Formats: sequence, structure tokens, C-alpha cells
Amino acid sequence: MPVKLEIKGLTKKFGSFTANDHIDLTIEPGEIHCLLGENGAGKSTLMNMLYGLLDPTEGEILVDGEPVTFHSPSDAIAVGIGMVHQHFMLVPVFTVAENVMLGREQTSAPGVLSRTKASEFVHQLSERYGLQVDPSALVESLPVGAQQRVEILKALSNEAKVLILDEPTAVLTPQEIDELMDIMRSLKELGTSIIFITHKLREVRAVGDRISVIRRGKVVGTAPPTATEAELAEMMVGREVKLKVDKAPPKTGEVVLSVEGCTVVDPRGHQVVKDVSFEARAGEVLGIAGVQGNGQTELIKALLGLVRPDAGVIRLDGEDISRHGPRESLDDGIGYIPEDRSHDGYIGAFSVRENLILDLYRTDRFSRGPALRLDDIAANADHRIVEFDIRTESASTPVSSLSGGNQQKVVVAREFSRPLKVLVASQPTRGVDVGSIEFIHKRIISERDKGTAVIIVSTELDEIFALSDRIAVMYDGRIVDTVSPDIRREDIGLLMAGATPDKPEEVTV
Amino acid sequence: MTLQAPVPTPGAEPESVERAAKAELRHPASWLPTVKVTAGAFLTALVIGAVVIALSDDDVIESLKYFGTYPWDSFTRSWDAIWSSYSALVKGAVGSSNAIASTLDRSAPLICAGLGVTLAFRAGLFNIGAQGQLIIGALCAGYVGFTWNLPPFVHLVVALVAGLASGALWGAIPGFLKARTGAHEVITTIMFNYLAASVLIYALSHDTFQRPGSDNALSPKVDDSAAFPRLSIGGFDAHLGVLIALLAGAAAWWLLERSTWGFELRAVGANAHASRTAGMSVAKVYTLAMLLAGMLAGLAATMQVLGNQNSLSATLPGSIGFDAITVALLGRASPLGTVLAGLLFGAMSVGGVAMQAGAGTPKELTDVLQALIVLFVAAPALVKGMLRIKESGGGATVMAKGWGS
Repeated sequence: MPVKLEIKGLTKKFGSFTANDHIDLTIEPGEIHCLLGENGAGKSTLMNMLYGLLDPTEGEILVDGEPVTFHSPSDAIAVGIGMVHQHFMLVPVFTVAENVMLGREQTSAPGVLSRTKASEFVHQLSERYGLQVDPSALVESLPVGAQQRVEILKALSNEAKVLILDEPTAVLTPQEIDELMDIMRSLKELGTSIIFITHKLREVRAVGDRISVIRRGKVVGTAPPTATEAELAEMMVGREVKLKVDKAPPKTGEVVLSVEGCTVVDPRGHQVVKDVSFEARAGEVLGIAGVQGNGQTELIKALLGLVRPDAGVIRLDGEDISRHGPRESLDDGIGYIPEDRSHDGYIGAFSVRENLILDLYRTDRFSRGPALRLDDIAANADHRIVEFDIRTESASTPVSSLSGGNQQKVVVAREFSRPLKVLVASQPTRGVDVGSIEFIHKRIISERDKGTAVIIVSTELDEIFALSDRIAVMYDGRIVDTVSPDIRREDIGLLMAGATPDKPEEVTV
Repeated sequence: MTLQAPVPTPGAEPESVERAAKAELRHPASWLPTVKVTAGAFLTALVIGAVVIALSDDDVIESLKYFGTYPWDSFTRSWDAIWSSYSALVKGAVGSSNAIASTLDRSAPLICAGLGVTLAFRAGLFNIGAQGQLIIGALCAGYVGFTWNLPPFVHLVVALVAGLASGALWGAIPGFLKARTGAHEVITTIMFNYLAASVLIYALSHDTFQRPGSDNALSPKVDDSAAFPRLSIGGFDAHLGVLIALLAGAAAWWLLERSTWGFELRAVGANAHASRTAGMSVAKVYTLAMLLAGMLAGLAATMQVLGNQNSLSATLPGSIGFDAITVALLGRASPLGTVLAGLLFGAMSVGGVAMQAGAGTPKELTDVLQALIVLFVAAPALVKGMLRIKESGGGATVMAKGWGS
């Protein structure tokens, strides 16, 4: 039986902060209801209340007209609400069947697990919903898209009638996103309602039946999927947003960085970067497109001196820098925005002020002999906070308590505060809200216009298209082709999936 | 970001909003909850200690036999026992200038070795090896102190340098191993403690370290020319090392908070990956941090050898190197906190003896108190729950990295 879910006046306060302010929503049986909003708009808080992880401060939840109270996720599951979290809740070393039966183990005799029964159960389930997974495969051996299907199966195995998908596409390749959308459509056919949470405009328009936009804890409006991206973005951000970066044609100069035959072997002995050669010129943006895990990370680390290339030469202004370590690379004038900012980009426990000088503390600007110049460090922070519009309570606030977009702005501000020859930006706007994306993109283009060679690595095609003057596509450790940004989306998707330009029949997805 | 900002800010993620709100609460005085929790831990330990005192007092136990008839007796006798013990403890520790001098004297090595552990903590290393570093420092400072013949001031300086340098070397080896091979510092420093203890025993059995005319494993006394000068003002009499220990605290603070090198050390301790990406050498920081930690433990050793005891024996190091870990934990890996914790431990140790003499309560009670205080400080949630301290913050316990790193 399909279920109708109503939310009435649901409010959640954290101290004086209202995360959700009288939210009203109705999820009709068998619809895909998109919840669109920026990071921090309150989408996750709302879903956590729906799934029994948070207690509402006010308001009620009605299932088929009956008010319900959830004290824990098991209460929510009992009335047929299932949730697939953005970060998977799977045991990597268990098989698919074991993961699905986790918590409701199938037994042959009391206390004896029955893997056959579990496999059979999972098999039936995947047949019923058309979700292809091998019940006996180890979860850790599966690609991310398949792991997500396991999560969905897990929710469905609890007889979920309303499925909450929290930012499900953030971790997927373009092909996997298409597959997920097919799955969502077929689940809808079978009567399951879906709440699809995202901040990506393209996706809601592709799959949604109705779109509710949340901004700063309130539902600011509902739109049909026919609304334009610009309309949705404006609702989401609260002002007009430029989705396209304004940029003049590049004034391309000399070759600044040249890479020849770069090969990197990872500690397990796999060649992850295979004989890569390219050049980056002053005043242009070279985009490196590719699905996550095709050698981009290692290539960038080699450029920065964080790993030693096993073969090949990297030249900066003609000088061989392939043996340089990270400090020398930074001193050479390479700016770096790492793909995982909390891991490599900033120190969460350090203040904004300290993070803004993380690679500049030794310079004469910020130190005198062994002593730090605290006044100059503070003045620098005040200046950068204004210049880069970093929304922070104060310069001494730890960076870990900033929003993702502002954390990234700290990293960007730091890297832009010294003269650069090359800027390497890896996933510069991952997990960053639309407003900050716009800002960061603008700064990257203005850096290009100053004559810096910019290399952007991104798995988001939108970002690649918005910024790049040339696009190199990486697949399986190689650059398979370098194309102009006028290329069609589908064609670049094929290149990313491994089709070489000459032999398109080799496509394997 | 101001939380109620009127501008349409792209807000923080819910959890980080919560954290920001907490940071805001904490803003006026970020140390206040820490002080509250520590004071709470202290208080709780004293209360439990009081129960222990009462239950170890003969009069109280006697009165319990007729508790049913005269319960009041038990209470008054308990109160007498608790009051006399605690007042003897306080008087013994800080009741006279002589007592204060003894307390400072006892605290000095704890402070120095504790600072070593604190510095290593801040670099993300758990230095269990203060004991070994201290033993080697004592051995070398002592050797120079009683074998070499040098003019008064020079002799002291050379002995001091010998203690610092040998401690530093003993500390730097595990640091270097960690930096180069990834060998976990907890394991290597523990092993280096065993090595150092054995080296000391062996040395004491050797003629070079044997006091002439003695059958005990005891070295000659350090020459007066190598001993710390004494500071005597009225009844106050302590060696110069006490002053050096406090100066070491100030130096450690400056190094951590005000110097480029301290910035590197804290950065590596908080996030080694980001530090490396920012061009820092993690290996160098690990090695130098352990070198410095060893040097401070060596300084602690000179307090013992050139200040207090003046001759080497198997019991000289006591458990200072291990107490130093407790001191650093109680001081939350901050130099000021470590100095205060060192003073507290020194005071309890001196006061304990007075308590045993004056009130008949076993001095081991102070060990119980120390253990309880640290236990409650390490479990702030427990204290907050018991004392209903609502404020957030102050909950961060010192953490070194786990096995994986």
C-alpha cells in the first residue's frame, strides 16, 4: 500500500538557532519529491526528524493522516520510511547479503546464520525491484553505484514505502547517476514514494515530479520540474545567480608547465598514472575531466611533489621540478587547492587566522627569525576575510566550525595570497554551496586573467565546462584525449567511460 | 559567521551551526569550562578521598560496630579524621616557607619531564619514554658530576649539558625511527625505557659508578662544584633548578604559541597531511619534537642528580617519568597547565608525608587522590554529569594518534 506522508509546521531549534522553521510538506503516494536547497539550508535536519534521528521542537508528522512520533529510526522504519544516507552505512568486509540482513539475520536454527536464506532473500528482492546486485559479492569490491543499490535494497527490505535519498548523486559518475534515475523511476512505478535531496538543479528537473525549495530553514516555494534552472537557482539562493561564469576568451601565453611521460606507481605496485604528457600555458584554464579514481589524484600529487613520479619529467618554466618536494613546489610558485580540503587543505582545529598562513608562516611577511609576527598575521586574516567574503564569527574561530563553502574560501584565499605561476585546483567546489561556487569560479578566472596557468581537476562536468579553455579527459591513468569545451556532453561522457576517440565501440559502462 | 545574520548567507551545515553556536558560547572565556571541569574533578576526588580516609581510620571503624545505636559517633569521628588528614596535607605542602620550598623542589622534575610529554603530545606523539630519557640523562649528568674535575661554575654547566644532551639523544632515536620507518613511538619509547633501566642497573654495578667503600649499588656523590646553587631566603631553601623548571615552562609556551617552529609542531600534531601539503616536513617535526621532549626529561634528571639527591641509585628516577605523563594529561598538554599540574603533584607528594606523620593517614592516599583527579579529568562527561555542569567545551581530552597513523 502506498503511503501518504504529511509534515505540518515542523520546527527544529538548536539553542537560539532555528534550523527548520514551520516546514509544511506533503509527499503524495508514488511521487518523486525533490528537496532542493543549499548546504546548510536545513534539508538534512528535516530528514533526520523524519527518520527519527532528531526530535522536532514543534509540529507533527502524519502518515496516511495519522499523527506519528518517532523516537528512533526503528519507529520510522516501522511505518515504512527508509533512508539512504549520503555516507553509506555498510560493513565493507561483509557480503551484500550479509549487509542486507544485518539487524534481521536469517537463521536456519536458533543462533545459526543461514547465508543461503539471506542470499535467496536478497536475490528475490533485487528481482522484484529490478536492482542488479550479486548477493555474494563483498561490498568493498563493488563500485560506488552498486554499493548505493545495496543501501537502497537494505531500505526496501524493511518494506519502505517512502524512501529518503540524501544527496545520492554526490558520489556517482554521470553514468551511475543515469542508472540511479532509472531505478528511482521504476521504484515510483511500483508505488514507492521518494524524497530526493540534492542541490543539483539538473537532476531535480530530470527526475522530479514536484520540487520543494528550502532556504535558511523554510520552504520558500514549490516548483514543477518544468521550471528553468535559473528560476530554481534564484529560489534556492534568494537572489539572481549567474550559473555561467563570465569570462573573456583566454589570452594564452607561453607554456608554463609541461609534463612529459609522467608515470606514477602506487604503493601496491599498480601503475595509476600511465605515461601522461600535457602542457599548460599562461593565461588558460586546462580542465582535467574524468571519473573519480582514474589517476587524477596521483597526477596532481606528482605535480606538487607529494609523490615522486616513477618516470617522466615535469618542467616549470623550463626547469625540471620532478624531484622537488612539496615545499619547493610551493616556493616555485605552484598554488594548490586539494580535492579533500579537510584532509589536506586546512587544519580543522586551527583558527581561520592560522589556516590563512599555513604555507606562508616562514615568509618575512609573517615571521621575524624564529618568532611569528602576530600582528601581521591578524591583519592578514582581517584583510582576507573581507576580500574573500569568508563568513566566520571571528578570525580566531576554528575552521572546522565553518560551513563547507567558507572552509574552501579559506583555502582559496590562502593560495591566492602569494604570486603564482601555476594554480592546481582539484575539485575546487565539491560540497560547496551555489553562492560560494560562483565566487570561487570568479576568483579562478581572475587568476587566469592575471596570466597564471590554471589546471582544474573535476569530476563535475558542469564545472569543467564552466571554467575550461581546453579539456583533457583522463581514463585509467591516461589522458585519452584533449578536446575543446565546445564538445557535446554525451561525447565527453563516452571519453570518461573509456571510449577512445577512434574506437567508440569499446564502450563499457 | 554570525548566526542571526540578516544577509542571505549560505548557512552552515546543521551540525556545524551547532558547533558554531557552541563556539559562540565558549567565546567570552574559552578556558572557563575547562577550569570548571578540572575543579569539579578535583572536588569529586577529594570527596571520594574523604570516604577512603574515614574507612581507613581505626576510630571510625570501631564506631561502626555500634552504628545502629549511636550513628552520630561515626559521623563526628569521620569528620575528625577527614579534617585532620586534609589539613595536615595542606599544611605539609604549603603551610610554611620550608614546606613551600620542598614542594617546589619536588615539583621541578615533574614539571620539566611533564613539559617534554606535553610538547610531544602537541606534535601528535605519545611519549611514554620520559622515564628512560630521564634515566639516561641522570646517568650522564651524574657521571660528569662525580668523575670530572672542573672549576665550580663550568662543572655545573657541563654536567647540565651532559644531562640535556643525553636525554635529547635518547628521545630523538624513537622520534627518528617514527619519522623514517613509521615505528610507533608508544612501542619504541616503552622499549627504550626498559633499555635505560637496564643500562642504569648495569652501570651501577660497574666500578666507575660504584661509591668507594660501599656495598650498595650507589654512586659517589656529585661534586659540590657540579651541584645546583641553593636559593635561601629565611626558612625558604631550594635549589636553583626550581627556577629553571619555571623558565622551561615559559620557554615551552613561547615555542609553541609564538614561534614558527611551534606553529609547525602544532600543525603536524593537528593534521599531518595538511601540514605536509603546506610544505612542512613531518619527519623533521617528529624527530625534533622527540629530541626536545628527551631534552626536557634530561633537564628533569639534572634536578634530581645535581639538585636533590646528588648520587645515582636504582631508585633515583622513581616514577617521575611516568608521573610526567599524568602531569601532562592533567595540564591538558598546555605548558601553563603542565606547570600547574606539576606543582599540584609536587605539593600532594610533600603534603602526603606530613599527613602520614601528623594525622596517621597513609601517604599513599595522595596517590589515590592523584589517580582519581586524572581519572575524572580524562572523563569530563562523567564529572559534568555528576556536577550538572551544563556548558559545552572543556570536554576535549588530550589525544594522541592511534595505532594506524
